[in-house]
Amino acid sequence: MEAIVVENLTKDYDGLRAVDHINFSVEAGEIFGFLGPNGAGKTTTIHLLLGLLEPTDGRAQVLGFDTYTQADDVRAHTGALLEHTGVYEQLSAEDNLEFYGRVYRMTPAERQARIKELLTQMDLWERREDRAANWSKGMKQKLALARAMLHRPQLVFLDEPTAGLDVVSANAVREGLEALAEREGMTVFLTTHNMAEAERLCSQVAVIREGRLVAIGHPDDLRARAGGPRLEIFGRGFTENVLRLLRARPEVAAITMENGHLEVDLTEDTDTAPLVSLAVSAGVEVQEVRRGKATLEEVFLTLMEEEK
Amino acid sequence: MKDDILTVMWKERKGLFRAQGRRGQALLTMLSPLFLAVYLPYSAGVDWVERSMSLLLAVIVPFILVGITVPDSFAGERERHTLPTLLASRLPDRAILFGKLAMSMLFGWGITVLILLVSLVTLNVLHWPGYVLLYKPSLLVADLSVSGLVALFTAGLGVFFSLRSSTVQQAQQLTMSVLLLPAMVLQFGLLFILQSPSLRETLNSTLGALSFAQLVLIIVAVLGAAAVALLWVAMARFNRARLILSQ
Repeated sequence: MEAIVVENLTKDYDGLRAVDHINFSVEAGEIFGFLGPNGAGKTTTIHLLLGLLEPTDGRAQVLGFDTYTQADDVRAHTGALLEHTGVYEQLSAEDNLEFYGRVYRMTPAERQARIKELLTQMDLWERREDRAANWSKGMKQKLALARAMLHRPQLVFLDEPTAGLDVVSANAVREGLEALAEREGMTVFLTTHNMAEAERLCSQVAVIREGRLVAIGHPDDLRARAGGPRLEIFGRGFTENVLRLLRARPEVAAITMENGHLEVDLTEDTDTAPLVSLAVSAGVEVQEVRRGKATLEEVFLTLMEEEK
Repeated sequence: MKDDILTVMWKERKGLFRAQGRRGQALLTMLSPLFLAVYLPYSAGVDWVERSMSLLLAVIVPFILVGITVPDSFAGERERHTLPTLLASRLPDRAILFGKLAMSMLFGWGITVLILLVSLVTLNVLHWPGYVLLYKPSLLVADLSVSGLVALFTAGLGVFFSLRSSTVQQAQQLTMSVLLLPAMVLQFGLLFILQSPSLRETLNSTLGALSFAQLVLIIVAVLGAAAVALLWVAMARFNRARLILSQ
């Protein structure tokens, strides 16, 4: 079942096309990564999917509801952590969640139990009565994540939930998100700049640039598109003769020297032992050999370059 | 809709009364109305409950309190970046608007009633005639209705400017400036009229021909019409897409 279906969705502001005829769908229960540089149209897409903006053209369905004509239903069944945490700093953490629990018409008993469950899971329960203003950015972000998931929505929109956080806080937010999404089986629409985060969490990613969707698929498929398997050889003695010998092999697509090590792009996922033997016999002193694929970050950068 | 409005009012109440660091600010805000509540009945004596002097409090107190709280409630959400999350929730636009308006008005009007009570206690303590002094019924009705309408009018104007301002300070300054304008025009107009014997005579005869009840009714009608017009504009302008785009 599809949680989100987007068809030719377009949004113009003041003569500027922020979102340009994008098409994609998100399966229920998956974590979908929406990647793109600043100003690419990620936040506008979220606003369109939440029914906060009227599309200029095209349409979108969220959980079976039209985002324009049934926007109230979309918002009633989804949760959101937008660009800013949206935490009321003058209120306590408990009151922040209590308010949104009331907004989503949870019963007092439901609210109490759910608030305790989420704050405990996020390691915030002991400080539930503190004003959020006194909290660190990471704690506020975790509170905002708890708020987005409070009413057990079928789908949550998370707009760069780890942006601006230190490594430890970002990891805590990621772990919290991963655990909650898995346990509650909710669909997650995640925008991020962090490719490692997308790679770790998402089962499908889409890349948007200047309002247009430039790639979509499983992270492995996108990596494969950007380049096949790769061999990295660390050591000494990478002479021109060695490079020439390796280039002559049919399984080698390209060879580059990167920071003192050799990167060998392969045409297929093949046995690399003969290549290493060849390098050794040609005089290379091998210290380390790694097999790998292009990272999502490299895919992303390649896509951005292609678009330029 | 009623439950949603009450939910927004619950949050606004928490923000108003439980915000640490704002208690000092709230006390300062209350200082001048409290001073008036003691000084005015002390100097007016029994006239305080017989003549229309208490109407001054019924105008000033909600004007100050609502003029401060409404911009904080609306422009404050934008300044503190909590508005997009609120708009992304299931709350209808009208529930957000009316919940915030209702809490600010209730706060301004409630404190006004409290101040009127304080002034009555002050009067009885300082000018004890041997029996309890109470407001004349017509004056009490006038105080309650005028203060309610001033609260509503100020709230409407506050929303109008808050929706156009990026900061609380800007919204408060605009609201207060516009609210002070009619008072200043009235004051200068009266000064001008009092300098001319013929105009003064005309004003005296016009006002003299009106009973207290008629005068209050005119004020109530004008304030009521202006407040309804402002609310109508606020309802038209309080729109999700417009608010999201203005972030």
